[in-house]
Parts: sequence; C-alpha cells; structure tokens
Amino acid sequence: MLPMFFWAFVVGGLICVIGQLLMDVAKLPPGHMLTLLVVFGAILEGFGLYEPLIDFAGAGATVPIMNFGNTLVHGAMQEAQKHGLVGVLTGMFEVTSAGISAAIVFAFIGALLFKAKG
Amino acid sequence: MADVSEKEKEQYQGLQKRYETKRPVLKNCLKAFFVGGLFCVIGQAITYFYIYFFNFTEQTAGNPTVATMVFISMLLTGFGVYDRIGQFAGAGSAVPVTGFGNAVISAAIEHRTEGFVLGVGGNMFKLAGSVILFGVFSAFLIALIKTLLINWGII
Repeated sequence: MLPMFFWAFVVGGLICVIGQLLMDVAKLPPGHMLTLLVVFGAILEGFGLYEPLIDFAGAGATVPIMNFGNTLVHGAMQEAQKHGLVGVLTGMFEVTSAGISAAIVFAFIGALLFKAKG
Repeated sequence: MADVSEKEKEQYQGLQKRYETKRPVLKNCLKAFFVGGLFCVIGQAITYFYIYFFNFTEQTAGNPTVATMVFISMLLTGFGVYDRIGQFAGAGSAVPVTGFGNAVISAAIEHRTEGFVLGVGGNMFKLAGSVILFGVFSAFLIALIKTLLINWGII
C-alpha cells in the first residue's frame, strides 16, 4: 500500500513537471499545455500504454488531466469491440462520465453557494 | 516612424531579451512536482477508500476518485484557496483534475452576475471547453483508426 502512495506521488509529480516545462521552456499558455497533455494521454492509451501506468502508479496516473484523454479512448474502444465503428461515438463518454458530470453538477452548486470575490 | 531598419529591430529584440524577467524554471518545476504529487497522494487515499468500502477495482476506482477530487476543488475554489495554490504551484495545480474542476467552477461562479441561464450556463466551459474539444476529437480519431486496423486484421 505504501509503495503505491510513493509512486503516485512521483509519477503524478513528474507529469506536473512536464506541464510546467511546457509552460516555462516551450512558453505555451496554460490552456494549450493542458490540451496537449490530454491529447498525449489519448495517444498513450491508443498504444495501450496508459493502463499499465495506472496499474503501476494508481492515482498518480488517474488524477492528472492526461487521464481524461485515456478514459475517452478507453470508453470508445470498449464499445467499439462490441458494436464496431458506431461504438466509437456511443462509447466515447462511457468511462469519462464521472469527471464531466461531477464538474457540471458541482460547478452549478458552487455558483449557487458562492459569490465571486473582488 | 514607418521606416524601422532591420538593425533597429534587432537592437530592440536584444534589449527586450535582456530586460525580460527570467523564469526560475527549476524552482517552478520543484513546486509543481511537490504540489502535483501531493494532489495525487490525496487522490490515492480516496482511491483506496473506494476500493475498500465500495468494491471498486484498481482500474475502475479512478472514476469516483476524479469526481471526489472535483468536489474538493469546488470547496477550495469557492473559498478562494485554489487561486492561491495556483499562484504558488503553477502547473502543479493546473494539471491534476482539480485544475480542470477549478476552471469550470470558477467560470461558473464568476459569471453568476449575468444570470443563471446565459451567465453560468453559457460560460461554464469557457476555459475547460478546449480541453474537452481536443480531447474528444483526438480520442475519436485514435479510436477510429484503431478500430479500423483491428477490423482489417492488421493489429
């Protein structure tokens, strides 16, 4: 259990360092950096490399935004295996649902509860 | 005014480079590493919580973990703490899914004054929209290519 926490810390931290380097060295704005990471995560899952990373680092791989690209491809491929090409569209959000739904629901609750400051 | 010679342009660019504040890359990376790593450790604790109490597996526990992290992000954003973490940690707070949550939630709170339908509803994905668009489109292309290759028996 403890090594898992360690690897989650190291792998998650390293992915954030990649993001920081993209911003500082490649001089990308944050939006471009995040978009690039998501696309990169999707490509990794396309080659079947993201799932081993989750097995290895747990939340170190599922918490960074790269996981968003991974889950999109993962859901699409899952459905595609059952229903062929149509599955690519129908399965896209199957696994990603949690993140998007939570973001929408909690953002609305947040807007109800909190007022903008300054 | 219109005739700026190449030499003058070069001189100006040299001047600009000299006075541009240098980014402390190493320091920023260390901050991003520790804060980002810490978010993932919290995520790992939540993952174990879901595995032990709600019968998720290592592979599927990622989903409820992400949802819980977004919930935490809502509280931190609402109380104005996340902005401060962001100023300190840079990518360390933007790259974890809490940063995605923060982008959606802060846009929703900020545009509340314009009304719930046009303000909150219309602007919620103002910042996070690009991540969803390019994520979905690239995932579509990748899954499409992979499915075709499997159907044709290449892989």
